[in-house]
Amino acid sequence: MVSSCAAWGATSSTSIFSTQSTPATEVDHLAYFVLVICALIFIGVSSLLIYALRRYRARPGENVEPPQVFGSVQIELAWTIIPVLIIVTLFLGTARVLFSVQDARKPASALDVIVVGHQFWWEFRYPQYNVITANELHVPVSSPAFSRPTFMKLTSADVIHSFWVPSLAGKTDLLPNRVNEMWIDPQETGVYLGQCAQFCGMQHAKMLLRVYVDSPEQFQQWIANEQKTQGETAVTMQASLSVPGRGNAGQGDPPSNSPAARMETVAQPAGTLQAINAHDGKLEFERQACINCHTVAGTVANGRYGPDLTHLMSRDTLAAGAMPNTPENLKKWIEDPSIFKPGSLMPAMRLTERQDAQITAYLLTLK
Amino acid sequence: MGTDTPGIPIGGGIEAGIDRTRPHATRGTYLEVVHSWIVTVDHKKLGILYISYALVFLLVAGVEALMIRVQLFFPHNTFVTPATFNRLFTMHGTTMVFLMGMPLLFGFGNYLVPLMIGARDMAFPRLNAFSFWISAFAGLLLYYSFIGGVGLAGTGSAPDVAWFAYAPLTERAFSPGHTVDYWAIAILASGIGSIGTAINIIATVFCMRCKGMTLMRIPLLPWLYATMSFLTLITISPLTAAQAMLLIDRYLGGHFFDTQAGGSAILWAHFFWIFGHPEVYVLILPGFAFANEIIPVFSRKAIFGYSAMVAASVGIAFISTGVWAHHMFTIGMTSFGNAFFTLSTMLVSIPTGIKTFNWLATVWGGRIRFETPMLFSIAFLFQWVIAGLTGIMLSISAWDWQLHNSYFVVAHFHYVLVGALVFIVFAAIYYWYPKITGRMLDERLGKWHFWLMVIGFHMTFDVMHFPGLLGMPRQIYTYEPDRGWTLMNQIVSIGGFIQAIAVLILVYNMVHSYFRGDEAGPDPWDAWTLEWSIPSPPPPYNFAIDPVVASRRPLWDLKHPEDPDSAFE
Repeated sequence: MVSSCAAWGATSSTSIFSTQSTPATEVDHLAYFVLVICALIFIGVSSLLIYALRRYRARPGENVEPPQVFGSVQIELAWTIIPVLIIVTLFLGTARVLFSVQDARKPASALDVIVVGHQFWWEFRYPQYNVITANELHVPVSSPAFSRPTFMKLTSADVIHSFWVPSLAGKTDLLPNRVNEMWIDPQETGVYLGQCAQFCGMQHAKMLLRVYVDSPEQFQQWIANEQKTQGETAVTMQASLSVPGRGNAGQGDPPSNSPAARMETVAQPAGTLQAINAHDGKLEFERQACINCHTVAGTVANGRYGPDLTHLMSRDTLAAGAMPNTPENLKKWIEDPSIFKPGSLMPAMRLTERQDAQITAYLLTLK
Repeated sequence: MGTDTPGIPIGGGIEAGIDRTRPHATRGTYLEVVHSWIVTVDHKKLGILYISYALVFLLVAGVEALMIRVQLFFPHNTFVTPATFNRLFTMHGTTMVFLMGMPLLFGFGNYLVPLMIGARDMAFPRLNAFSFWISAFAGLLLYYSFIGGVGLAGTGSAPDVAWFAYAPLTERAFSPGHTVDYWAIAILASGIGSIGTAINIIATVFCMRCKGMTLMRIPLLPWLYATMSFLTLITISPLTAAQAMLLIDRYLGGHFFDTQAGGSAILWAHFFWIFGHPEVYVLILPGFAFANEIIPVFSRKAIFGYSAMVAASVGIAFISTGVWAHHMFTIGMTSFGNAFFTLSTMLVSIPTGIKTFNWLATVWGGRIRFETPMLFSIAFLFQWVIAGLTGIMLSISAWDWQLHNSYFVVAHFHYVLVGALVFIVFAAIYYWYPKITGRMLDERLGKWHFWLMVIGFHMTFDVMHFPGLLGMPRQIYTYEPDRGWTLMNQIVSIGGFIQAIAVLILVYNMVHSYFRGDEAGPDPWDAWTLEWSIPSPPPPYNFAIDPVVASRRPLWDLKHPEDPDSAFE
């Protein structure tokens, strides 16, 4: 069981046995220890049972009742005391990991993140940087040379959720009216997947979670970009439509694949008299109810009910990982969220095709 | 009475007491038969009603499980909508625990406890009937929710908040409409029925025993039922209180669990699990009770360590009331709290270990007959050991941070409730069906049932552990194709259908054998407890003459006057 799990773990990024962070790794080691003890107990008990079943089966022609044995105090004591010793061992092993993970001291270098669970998405706040984002958590790598763990405070805006990224740590619940804490110190850069692990309503299944572990430089770049408000970039809006790349930590996409370029192909079938442009889209966005729930920092949009859209285009997925962040998906999502996520709390606003295209064009500028 | 065989106080008495005529009640019209079942206060008829009611819900909740498994066969499958899926798993869990598990076990308890302690009925026959009918009402109410509201296709107002119904999802802000009301009121009503039956069983075991049956001569089945009933009394009460509080929140402006008004979500979790964990033992103790009766008979040996078994059962009941927060290791308890509940949970494994080893020692040195009840009991033993070991893994609070709410947990508790409980219940059905109906179940169909069940069970629930280890949470209506969970989910689903076929074979066997089965006679298994001393099915009065016992195995004394148990007790 152990080896096959490890083999499968190699192909899955969500295995609890392919760990990249101290809280998960400590649990992983404990798990192997417990597995070995349990496997030994199982082998012992089941071999005795199989032996007894073979040895003492009724043979044809045997009609005498076997000797009746009613019990033995010594034997009962033996199989009381031995399990007690096993339990003491297991408990001490557990207690060591339990206290070292749960009561770990927060170093001064730690990154603080506040995680707020919502039906059915994640809000991440970085109080040290005054940054708010959603669904895709960026944290710096914590190498042995430069340890920078991330300490999270978790709470919920509505019902109970649970934060679970198996490679990084066990889960911690997010409860309304309460703040829980957990920490991770990812040792390797990369994207780690997880999802909500406490049933929270209709779209619990699509409350997915991505943790981007960046190199310290990438993380600084990402933070710097997130700190910009759209007010500062508004003047370059027209220009930015034609500039390729998604502005995410310097990893530009090829020009032919840029959201803006692809957006034009999406907007064409609308066949409208006036070209779709992001400036009109911004006005439309602000005229509609969008701004009641969404924030775009630097504009009048300051709603807090839905995800912060200030840097929507810096994210790889939409709607808490329900689909890739492509212009087509974005436009369809705005048209009717229930196509992707029936039960999503974002309503279909009954926009016209043109309004939808305009708002999409605007959102595509939010890099 | 008993005078013709001096030295064996029970023997002659029972023999003389046997009513050898099969009861031929005049059947009357169809309406009269139905009427007689509705107004009955006979513990045997109520037991049969309970068992049939539970078996119907077993099929219903089984269909729900199959629909869940079809939906999860492919990633991003659209067999049912997310809303329907959430209703399906909520109803599957609620039904299996409250409408299948408890009624089924209360049914066996109702039928067997008076027979095994030599009583003519339960202590409170009318309370017994009331308990059954209020439970039946709860089941009908819960299932009416499917057609309430917008009807079947939209699945009406069926509850969709998971079987543990965590607050504040159940508050009106997050669950408008009546889904939660159906759930809460049905649980409340069935809880009243459970409390009634628990009181009844306790009173019966402690007040209605036949002459000579001291506490330490009670067969283990009534002993465990009494223990389980105490546990029911203790644990159903907080559950019922929590339902009342939830309804107060929803309709009278209370704020117990309403977090938006300062209530506590954790409070509900404590209330629910202080019921929910002992509930597992409420369900499994009767399972142990069946094993305690069946394994000795088919090993042809007395149970090993009777007093240790009694002590272990009572010990399980005590300890199990102090472990509930192991369902809450991720909810944000202090490290000390987590450590406490780790240790208390591990302690349960000591009495359960004692029981397991005693069954092993009972088999040891016996002369084992591999008939269908014993086959199911052996599978129960193996699966119970595995379920116990995965339980130990889950009690390791630090590891539970990973395993909690994953498919590993789902696999674990299905190992307990299907691998152990349902298997031993099947053993009990094969073992006592001849007593209840007077006919033997077909042995060949029984073997088919057994082997298909074993294959299906292990395909489903062995494999189900692995998606959990690979990060698959429970209660999700679909999953992403890139996670590596697809193949495992498909094996799990196929296994589910094999189990369904096995259960249909049992249903066919029960119906077929009722009409065509071999005559059972009073004692087809050559067993030792009092229910086998009277005809099958037993007459309404059970015992023509009150039996008198001198040991735990009165029929052994009767059959082996040269070596009676009474000489050793």
